[in-house]
Amino acid sequence: MPLGLLRYGLRKKYPAKPWFPAETPLKSNYDIVIIGGGGHGLAIAYYLAKEWGISNVCVLEKSWLASGNTARNTTIVRSNYLTPEGVAFYEESRRLYEELAGELDINLMYSARGHLTLAHTDAAMRTSRWRAEVNKHLGVDSELVDCAELAEICPHLNLSRTIRYPILGALYHRPGAIVRHDAVAWGYARRAMELGVEIHQHTEVTGFDIQAGQVNTIHTSRGAVSAGVVVQAVAGLSSEVARMAGLRLPIRSIPLQACVSEPLKPFLDPIIVSSSLHAYVSQSARGELVMGGSTDPCPLYSTRSSLEFSEGLMSHMLELFPFLARAKMMRQWAGIADMTPDFSPVMGETPLQNYYVDAGWGTWGFKATPICGKSMAELLATRKLPDIIAPFSLDRFDRFEQLGERGAASVGH
Amino acid sequence: MKIINCPLNGPRNAQEFVYGGEVVLEPGTDASTQEWSNFIFLEDNLAGVVDEWWCHSASSYWFIIRRNRTSDEIIATITAKDYFSAVPSP
Repeated sequence: MPLGLLRYGLRKKYPAKPWFPAETPLKSNYDIVIIGGGGHGLAIAYYLAKEWGISNVCVLEKSWLASGNTARNTTIVRSNYLTPEGVAFYEESRRLYEELAGELDINLMYSARGHLTLAHTDAAMRTSRWRAEVNKHLGVDSELVDCAELAEICPHLNLSRTIRYPILGALYHRPGAIVRHDAVAWGYARRAMELGVEIHQHTEVTGFDIQAGQVNTIHTSRGAVSAGVVVQAVAGLSSEVARMAGLRLPIRSIPLQACVSEPLKPFLDPIIVSSSLHAYVSQSARGELVMGGSTDPCPLYSTRSSLEFSEGLMSHMLELFPFLARAKMMRQWAGIADMTPDFSPVMGETPLQNYYVDAGWGTWGFKATPICGKSMAELLATRKLPDIIAPFSLDRFDRFEQLGERGAASVGH
Repeated sequence: MKIINCPLNGPRNAQEFVYGGEVVLEPGTDASTQEWSNFIFLEDNLAGVVDEWWCHSASSYWFIIRRNRTSDEIIATITAKDYFSAVPSP
């Protein structure tokens, strides 16, 4: 019996300290207001305070901390994208993730398991080869592997030739990892607060006062606030918040469901993605299979779960791992993905002088948390657009300069 | 939204249908590039009642659904003919 641990817990010498103190009143003015207390908003706050010494910042979160897509994603970190701009961006994020636990002093359970994007058609093999070459060219560890190598990397994978969509090979991205999503948000939040940032939960933005192309006042459910600079980082609700600022975005909000199985003995080392089968899976440190598929068929502002999703996903999951037929599903949930036409984010300036946007994160937002925080903080602090996010500007659509990442961003397209 | 009352085929399983985007009138042929890019890329994405194009995939039949995007309730299904005869031409 762990008596030492029991004694530690009961001694007055080590009182439990709440990480996020009780509600405090809003000040009337801040240098920077961040709308949205998810991973991105909190990361922006942290880097503003840490790298730029700007701590007169407040984060406004309408619900409980990081309860949106940060709580609902399937925790994958990777940089095996298709475009050079995308690869550079996500690789920088992955590098930041590797060192993040130490920087935030929190157990992120970051685990580089390896990431396999299965190819079931010749076309998919060609795209995988293309991605591998772009990745290698930019110093990212990805390569095309055949079935013999797949059998060694993931022995339990169904490599039968007599199923509907036999696996022909895969894009193998060794640095692909999983991480504890809640801890990422808590780590950024705690550090930001230690540096003087204010985080206000259950504080909903209800409108803006705009004069001469600038946001002067932000109205919230707990009072009005003025700020020098405002940024919105609200994922699925991006269009609704932008509407309050008189802006339209190239975004549609579509539910993305996910589910988790009962805990199973560890058998799956790598993260498996199959675009053709609209399915992806990883096994968490608790032994649960975290599974997801394609987005819902139409826009909806709801995080309800549907039977169609789990029926469809399980039928494909059993093609990959037939022995899971008797495993039980434990929980199903959804986030609201802010999808863009080119499957790349919308980051940076808006037509309003002091209003910035971090949106269009669709199904690819969680892996970008650190680099988003860092680059948006630089933008807010310097009011100059960092090169690494210039390709993601809102006005790229005016110029028909989409950054197409549909093939690499997700499944089921 | 589990059953959609298709104007042509009657009540059918929602999985038989494909979402086809918000109902938006195309800009005129003399529209600017900006108006065209706005039309192609921008969306209202309203958390409320929206008129949407839907297609019954088995019969390739296109029609309009007025749907509440927060409750997922279908307010009405409307044939394109009825919908556009009610809207004055530009």
